[in-house]
Amino acid sequence: MYAQMVQSTGTLKTREEMDERERAFQDRIDAGEKIEPQDWMPEGYRKTLVRQIGQHAHSEIVGQLPEGNWITRAPTLERKAILLAKVQDEAGHGLYLYCAAETLGVSRDEMTEKLHDGEMKYSSIFNYPTLTWADIGAVGWLVDGAAIMNQVALQRTSYGPYSRAMVRICKEESFHQRQGYSIMMKMAAGTPEQKRMAQDALDRLWYPSLMMFGPSDAESVHSAQSMAWKIKVSTNDELRQKFVDQTVPQAEYLGLTIPDDKLAWNEEKGGYNFSEPDWQEFHDVLAGNGPCNADRMAARRTAWEDGAWYRDGLVAHANKRAAQRMAAE
Amino acid sequence: MSSEWPLWEVFIRGQHGLNHRHVGSLHAPDAEMAIKNARDVYTRRNEGVSIWVVPSNQITASVPSEKGPMFEPSKSKIYRHPTFYDIPDEVGHM
Repeated sequence: MYAQMVQSTGTLKTREEMDERERAFQDRIDAGEKIEPQDWMPEGYRKTLVRQIGQHAHSEIVGQLPEGNWITRAPTLERKAILLAKVQDEAGHGLYLYCAAETLGVSRDEMTEKLHDGEMKYSSIFNYPTLTWADIGAVGWLVDGAAIMNQVALQRTSYGPYSRAMVRICKEESFHQRQGYSIMMKMAAGTPEQKRMAQDALDRLWYPSLMMFGPSDAESVHSAQSMAWKIKVSTNDELRQKFVDQTVPQAEYLGLTIPDDKLAWNEEKGGYNFSEPDWQEFHDVLAGNGPCNADRMAARRTAWEDGAWYRDGLVAHANKRAAQRMAAE
Repeated sequence: MSSEWPLWEVFIRGQHGLNHRHVGSLHAPDAEMAIKNARDVYTRRNEGVSIWVVPSNQITASVPSEKGPMFEPSKSKIYRHPTFYDIPDEVGHM
């Protein structure tokens, strides 16, 4: 998802192996209580959350880049204003999440530096380019759609600040998916060439969207402990299935074809059969070899370095004003 | 090496007549910028009519491990609630 392959620290312990504090902690989680920043928590819980929330936050921030690419080229002033509002929301979502991570004792700058060093990751999806305006539609429809699928579940996550950030984000996010679908409707009902662009966007972004949920749970070594701690509340496969089931009728309405020959309704499971994405590609993209990894990181580093004089300038101004106030008193 | 902007807690009054409510936190170099950033981060959809910002390090919180002694004493005092008292129906609304 926005947090993929988050390494969970701590092997899953049986009740007998837990010490008294760990047992009491697990009991609170099992009872559905939220864990708050000042509460005692196992070190592994804290570390896993920092990784997951941090990766989620970085994804919101890096996710501004593929969409920001089209702000100056949006086809109408209204579409431009909408896209600008959406990209601004992504910045806000990143900030809510950084704040949630900071309650776990990690600083904002530390997380930013770890992203720039490549030590922390962001979602694989943002390493794909947005080549045409139809891609902006497909990103809103598919990428935000997949993100919502995950984030709605995460509202029930056990860590209070993370859960509250998710509630807020979910409230704002459905506008993102709708504006994307609205672009797709316009394109799909437009000229034959516009419809081809819409189909092309779906062809290129379908499998990367499925990858957002992460590899199959059978191969995910990190899931068990995160599920027990309710850091993760649904499995990757459950969410991916839900996403496909929700999206297929939406594609049909648009008159577009999902690029999967094996796609078929399975009456027995009450969901669609579908092809898995190319997991080798997923691992390559995560390892830094996607089409846009280098560009994305370069843009983030440049923004951080070019903004240093501004951050420092405001601190100098604040210090000067504080000193003047002291002198006046 | 730049120094990180301090952290502020943000409280927003959603509508006239309601209390300010804690909505989250943010970084800003000073109070004035904290208010401006809070406007952009927490009221993009008309969520507020007033904002307070407080430096996070100025907040003193109760200690979670003392939750018991701190809050339990009020649990046993059920006579503080109106429902503790039976008033006959004939008396009417009270």
